[in-house]
Amino acid sequence: MQSFDLAANGLRALNSALHGLKGQTNMTAWEIINPKGAHAIAAGVDAPVDITVRGSTGYYCAGMNKQATIRIKGSAGPGVAENMMSGTVIVDGDASQYAGATGRGGLLVIKGNASSRCGISMKGIDIVVHGNIGHMSCFMAQSGNIVVLGDAGDALGDSLYEARLFVRGRVKSLGADCIEKEMRPEHYAILEELLRRGEADHKARPEQFRRYGSARKLYNFNIDNASAY
Amino acid sequence: MCGIVGLFLKDPALEPKLGAMLTDMLITMTDRGPDSAGIAIYSGAKDGLGKITIQSAQPEVDFKDLDLDLKEAIGQPVLLMEKSTHAVLEVPISQIEAARSALSHLRPNVKIMSVGDSIEIFKEVGLPRDVATRFQVAKMAGTHGIGHTRMATESAVTTMGAHPFSTGSDQCLVHNGSLSNHNGVRRELRRAGMTFETENDTEVAAAFISHKLQEGEGLGQAMEATLTDLDGFFTFVVGTKNGFGVVRDPIACKPAVMAETDQYVAFGSEYRALVNLPNIESARVWEPEPATVYFWER
Repeated sequence: MQSFDLAANGLRALNSALHGLKGQTNMTAWEIINPKGAHAIAAGVDAPVDITVRGSTGYYCAGMNKQATIRIKGSAGPGVAENMMSGTVIVDGDASQYAGATGRGGLLVIKGNASSRCGISMKGIDIVVHGNIGHMSCFMAQSGNIVVLGDAGDALGDSLYEARLFVRGRVKSLGADCIEKEMRPEHYAILEELLRRGEADHKARPEQFRRYGSARKLYNFNIDNASAY
Repeated sequence: MCGIVGLFLKDPALEPKLGAMLTDMLITMTDRGPDSAGIAIYSGAKDGLGKITIQSAQPEVDFKDLDLDLKEAIGQPVLLMEKSTHAVLEVPISQIEAARSALSHLRPNVKIMSVGDSIEIFKEVGLPRDVATRFQVAKMAGTHGIGHTRMATESAVTTMGAHPFSTGSDQCLVHNGSLSNHNGVRRELRRAGMTFETENDTEVAAAFISHKLQEGEGLGQAMEATLTDLDGFFTFVVGTKNGFGVVRDPIACKPAVMAETDQYVAFGSEYRALVNLPNIESARVWEPEPATVYFWER
């Protein structure tokens, strides 16, 4: 186990050590202590390593992650796992706005609540939120899946493309061009798998969820749909 | 971008450390706002005395013998405590308005930062650390306080454009964001008798709340009204003699984190600002919801 004291050694030293890990490495387990809400902790990692952050983080923790499993033993500031490519990020507490924004792959698990704009413009990432998500979540979400065990705020999935949104609780309102869709067998299978991987299978069952997706009216400009914009 | 910090103490044992805690929080927010910084501290009222905090670009000229000149003008003793470009005048409460009007004649270049029983405001251009050192904020005691680090957008980087803004007795407001209808609201408030020192958008928000309070509304109601009447981006933190409030606009782009324990309520633009507070590990930490008013009064 490599232990790194962020307060003592600083962010640049941490991130350059993590960026130095390429391909196969013997240093597969890392622990970061004293994060104290610092920005960009473990951003840009590209190695199959396991990183545990002992405390709460600031902006952009685990941004652009590839391959790594990053666990935050606290809450995460804005933009956690932003533009993640692959790997897994698990937040034990809450996540601030735009968690998982523009993520292209991998799995983001938030065990508390996520605030506004969760999964905005997601492009292939899977997100599992054990609590609630805030307003404008999944705005312009293009692909990937989000599973929300709690409630969703206003304007869920506004201007949505092909991401699949699964919400167990109440949706305060749907955004433009986002509609409820039927649950088919393949959706139950996706949920079964994501609840398991998201460490939520003891809390929820696939049949408790509703699915929301794009009505596909706003993909191309059509004068007949002008009132929906 | 700007940084906001705030502390509302519940435990009197922390009061001697208020300035030190706020200074630490303020410096942490330097990279959100390196242009200027300011702090409002509610240091408690003295029986029968009020405070006027003033600022001058030429303190050595303006503050010289000001206590004596004011005493002559109002016929009551005045205590002057100089702190760099600012000074706090202690004046009998019944003579506050007389002192204020005498000031405008005696020292026309002096700006009034705040007036009240308890409030003192210190603000200047420069890095938060330098501003805090200049006014020895770390040595100040008090019941609650609000600090701001500014990255200017809507008006010039000047002392008067720094936050907090005070537009009513013992009231202050700081702001992260920008308002788009401040000119219109300023015109309406001027018509209603409010006065303005700057062209700054935040001063309008401060005056808007002061005007509501003057009309007899409570702090919660006054803050609620910002959600309907002010257009733009905002996270506001508001102080009154006994109260401390927070409100974010419905879009809530501007970050905000709060923490509460039995000892205090704390606000920070980022969690980083809160990490050195006592027992933060066991505090309830949350993000204030959009379009929701939070306030505490003692």
